[in-house]
Amino acid sequence: MRDPANCPEGARLAPENESLGNDFHANQPSPGPRVASGQLVISGVSVAYGGVPIVSGVDLSLVRGDIGCLLGPSGCGKTTLLRAVAGFEPVASGEIHLHGRQVAGPGLNLPPEARRAGMVFQDFALFPHLTVARNVSFGLRHLNRRERQTRVAELLELIGMAGAGDKYPHQLSGGQQQRIALARAMAPRPDILLLDEPFSSMDAELREQLAREVREVLKREGSTAILVTHDQHEAFAMADRIAVMSGGRIHQVGSGFDLYHEPADRFVADFIGQGVMLPGRAVDEWRMDTEIGLLTGCRTHGLYPGARGEILLRPDDILHDDASPLQAEVVNRAFRGAEYLYSLRLASGQVILCLVQSHHNHAIGERIGIRVAVDHLVAFADQTPS
Amino acid sequence: MPVARHHLIAAGLLALTALPLPLLAAEVNLYSARSEELIKPLLDRFSQETGIKVNLVTGKEDALLQRLQSEGLNSPADLLITTDVGRLHRAKEAGVTQAVTSARLESAIPPAYRDPTGHWFGLTLRARPIMYVAGKVKPEELSTYEDLAAPKWRGRICIRSSDNVYNQSLVASLIAADGAEATEAWAKGLVANLARPPKGGDRDQILAAAAGQCDLAIANTYYLAGMLNAPEANQREAAARMKVFWPNQEGRGVHVNVSGAALTQGAKNKAEAIQLLEYLSGDQAQTWYAETNGEYPIRPGVPISATLAAWGEFKADGINLTRLGELNGEAVRLMDRAGWK
Amino acid sequence: MLTLAATETQRARPGPWTLGVTALALVLALPVLVVLGFLLVPAGEVWDHLAATVLQDYVVNSLWLMLGVTVGTLIGGVGTAWLISMCRFPGRGLFEWALLLPMAMPAYIIAYTYTGLLDFAGPVQSALRGWFGWGFGDYWFPEVRSLPGAVVMLSLVLYPYVYLLARAAFLGQSLCVLDVSRTLGNGPWRTFFTVALPLARPAIVAGLSLALMETLADYGTVQYFGVATFTTGIFRTWYGLGNTAAAAQLAALLLGFVFLLILLERLSRRQARYHQTSQRHQAIRRHPLTGWRGLAALGFCLLPLTFGFLVPAGQLAAWALEVAGATLDEAFWRLVGHSLGLAATAAVLALLLALILGYGQRLQPTRAVRTAVRVAGLGYAVPGTVIAVGVIIPFGWLDNRVDAWMRATFDLSTGLLLSGTLAALLFAYLVRFLAVALQTVESGLGKIRPAMDESARALGLSPGAVLGRVHLPMLRGSLFTALLLVFVDVLKELPATLILRPFNFNTLAVRVYELAADERLADAAPAALAIVLAGLAPVILLSRSITRSRHAQPN
Repeated sequence: MRDPANCPEGARLAPENESLGNDFHANQPSPGPRVASGQLVISGVSVAYGGVPIVSGVDLSLVRGDIGCLLGPSGCGKTTLLRAVAGFEPVASGEIHLHGRQVAGPGLNLPPEARRAGMVFQDFALFPHLTVARNVSFGLRHLNRRERQTRVAELLELIGMAGAGDKYPHQLSGGQQQRIALARAMAPRPDILLLDEPFSSMDAELREQLAREVREVLKREGSTAILVTHDQHEAFAMADRIAVMSGGRIHQVGSGFDLYHEPADRFVADFIGQGVMLPGRAVDEWRMDTEIGLLTGCRTHGLYPGARGEILLRPDDILHDDASPLQAEVVNRAFRGAEYLYSLRLASGQVILCLVQSHHNHAIGERIGIRVAVDHLVAFADQTPS
Repeated sequence: MPVARHHLIAAGLLALTALPLPLLAAEVNLYSARSEELIKPLLDRFSQETGIKVNLVTGKEDALLQRLQSEGLNSPADLLITTDVGRLHRAKEAGVTQAVTSARLESAIPPAYRDPTGHWFGLTLRARPIMYVAGKVKPEELSTYEDLAAPKWRGRICIRSSDNVYNQSLVASLIAADGAEATEAWAKGLVANLARPPKGGDRDQILAAAAGQCDLAIANTYYLAGMLNAPEANQREAAARMKVFWPNQEGRGVHVNVSGAALTQGAKNKAEAIQLLEYLSGDQAQTWYAETNGEYPIRPGVPISATLAAWGEFKADGINLTRLGELNGEAVRLMDRAGWK
Repeated sequence: MLTLAATETQRARPGPWTLGVTALALVLALPVLVVLGFLLVPAGEVWDHLAATVLQDYVVNSLWLMLGVTVGTLIGGVGTAWLISMCRFPGRGLFEWALLLPMAMPAYIIAYTYTGLLDFAGPVQSALRGWFGWGFGDYWFPEVRSLPGAVVMLSLVLYPYVYLLARAAFLGQSLCVLDVSRTLGNGPWRTFFTVALPLARPAIVAGLSLALMETLADYGTVQYFGVATFTTGIFRTWYGLGNTAAAAQLAALLLGFVFLLILLERLSRRQARYHQTSQRHQAIRRHPLTGWRGLAALGFCLLPLTFGFLVPAGQLAAWALEVAGATLDEAFWRLVGHSLGLAATAAVLALLLALILGYGQRLQPTRAVRTAVRVAGLGYAVPGTVIAVGVIIPFGWLDNRVDAWMRATFDLSTGLLLSGTLAALLFAYLVRFLAVALQTVESGLGKIRPAMDESARALGLSPGAVLGRVHLPMLRGSLFTALLLVFVDVLKELPATLILRPFNFNTLAVRVYELAADERLADAAPAALAIVLAGLAPVILLSRSITRSRHAQPN
């Protein structure tokens, strides 16, 4: 039992949405003065196919030079929202502003070619009949020959593929094609770059590395970009700010760290990272009583004293401690190289997760001692039928 | 459609077992450049009278000739029928025909219209006179083929392409009469007088003249006869506006070609084939040609249809047609040089 | 690994497929080779004469004709294919299949009907003269029977080849590629020209080459219109000058044209590839065209349909009614039976051969096999008459040799075994139309990824079993298309039928020709209409099968 005042400074959450929210803002009833500064401002946008709403009432904004991410399971509406920004889907209501200019709204739907929004597709969609150089210069019709050559050379250099200009797409590896697609979209210096699951056809190992490389390239060019993905690691590796979507709505916007440690609702808690929900009862505004003891957080958990609820327990919140009186039975384990992820059964039958260094090798059925180390409590009230 | 299906299956089976069947009854096999429409009724009548079955393939004469040549002595064909003397001559030259001696044929067909050695026999005459639009041209203005190159006809003549065998044989007849040099000059003059570039067939020339595009049309008479009896009103009306002028009556006579027949070298039904030849040169058949297709009988004295009779009698060019066959190639080259399309 | 092993053994010695396919291709190429063989026969001074007089006309007119048909079929075929695939407008569903109807219309028949309609003496000009009191020379009217007229006639009936293949290509295109172009600042039109069109190029070129080969082989239309082309030149040299060798040499020159076309296309492609890099095909959301745009699209599609089918078919029907009583007898139905039977038999045989050749090429894509397959398909560009001569000569020779040997050995005469039989005629059809089936089967096989062959082989299937259990079910659509295309082509075929058919055997096309050659268009109309109607059912089936195949496409 610790005094909240003794919480280590590092465990305190960094300043939240309120202070950093300028750049990538969700669920603001009114964008207010940020409209002017935002490179992309989406306000109250809904998109529907044949009367079925796919995206409903989304607000989002992004400042210049930032990389945002729409993260969510398939069918959550993230790609549709992206295509609405690009101009491929008309909005049913709401407005979209790009670089201070309205591109979509009631009675207004600028065609894609008039929006200055670059796009990278899931399968890259390189033009197979054009060389790499001509793919990259495809959107540079407004430049003269020399300027085009310069810009293409500059971009190929940027993505580390100088000298590949005369090749055809089919002669390149998947990763190279990916970078060419990126360079092609960046070439006309669009107001925003839209990346639709750009890494999904890559090997899992390559994805994070590529995502970091792409981030590097975007930052060097100073591009503003939105990434759509269902892979949180990709999102963490690449984006400055992440918006978690499901059912056509945005649930939460924040950094990867925020989403993991401070999920705004059960969906985000469940979708980001691993963890289990442990039932408990609020003792006061700091503490919860649970099967594994009285847990205390650094900050208020938000439940009324006496209310029943559930606490989010991440695998790293549970520590293995042979000396601890609290015992749990190993029911499953997954080897992760440096660690084991153990599934442990408590006396009540409730299963919790625990991350342990892999030299602690325990067999299934064995009982081991555990200790709880939570900095703050993320608690959700029981959904009552009322 | 059970009928259609039945034939479908039959044709399929035929395709698999398409071998020549052994010949049982008396029959005669014909390669004919006369279209089915213009020979089958006669053949049917012949079969009825004699009990000899006639098998027929129609086609273009050169193709039939090629087929005959490739098949050689084994060819099933007994008779080759063409619509032009040039091809009969060519068949003889190619060695795919044989001589026939038949008193009946020799008496029925004047010498000019059969091969002196008996390799082929003309069966009908096809005259190629000048036709003019009644009211726009007076018959006195017309005289000879040669006159058609005169400047007064500038832009007033319709004639079909030099691809056509009747034009080729007409030019051949001019070469025979006037010599190659004069004929080439004539052809150039004629081309200069054309109302339009040559196109279409003989009926088209008559239609164009009747509609006002030109004043003279060169065409075989049986086309005009066919138009006069056509199912389409516009053909009948156009034909009614045209008159026939027989050129060169003071000289050698109007140009005629023949449709004719030759016995093949390997004929297996020689007797039946000659019997058919004799039938086709007989009065009954000769009258049928005149009635049905407006062609002139191969010899004078055979009754002809009222349509033909109305155009009057004419003097035909007496040249032996073999000569036209010989000159055919030269005629084509000459027309090429004259720019006759 | 399995395929690797196969490649190794194949290098060591030619496999049975190589030998079989090469032998088959050689047999099919025989008529063309016979024609080419005439190159060795001296034709004498005829060439000097031709060169001095008409050869230039033949070349120039043929080139203009090809150029004109290229433009006509591209605008008609690609334009309609794009509208049908990518846009939504009134009547789209109807046009989707109706645009193929002109395919059922033989070029020579459409030429006859338009001449009848639009010639100086025809009803249109006569009516104009009647209304305005004009006479000859008082007004200008486009001349149907001219080079431009021939271009229009051929384009009207040949554009469906381009439409057919271009539409399939557009439907198969990855939409992402088109979307990318939009985000890079290109409007829908520019996107069409810079991305969609180049990507569909192989399909469009394939359709165009079919149309151009048909153009080069056409005799009926150009002859009737008085346009001197290579084909009419061949006939004139053969018939008029009586010089078979020179005629065959002209035909060989014609083949040179075709080779040149194919070569140019290959060269212009160089390194570029056109198969889609994408595996993902979204459902197409057609761009709605409303107001005057919708009407313009409707008009654009209505134009080729009206002039390529409705007007000529209407004219034929009107003529046919005039003479119906006299012509629709038992003999007429026998003609229908012959035509359908021949077309069906030839279509099945062509399909089988195309399958064997295409599959052999897939199994052992050696240079020898590929060349053999190309040569076997050459007949498509050769006029039917020339093919027929190429069939008559070797068959007659063979028959006479067999007969002579049999007489000498067994004192038994076999006569002519092949010449003058339906077998010879069917062989000529195969030589002439195999390319149509082959092209369809090849493109169908091309869509099946080699990994499927390999996994089937790895599962223990022999090559034959792979064909039967994997490819055939996947190819069903392509095979059906090939079958129907050949069927319609044979139905319309005239010159080879005319020359090669056996005794007492006529078809609808022969009937039309005989009457039309005698300039009896009205009498020819019932048979012409029957050809069109018989061709209609397969064309409609074809169209429906392609629409369906979009949904069943292997990804």
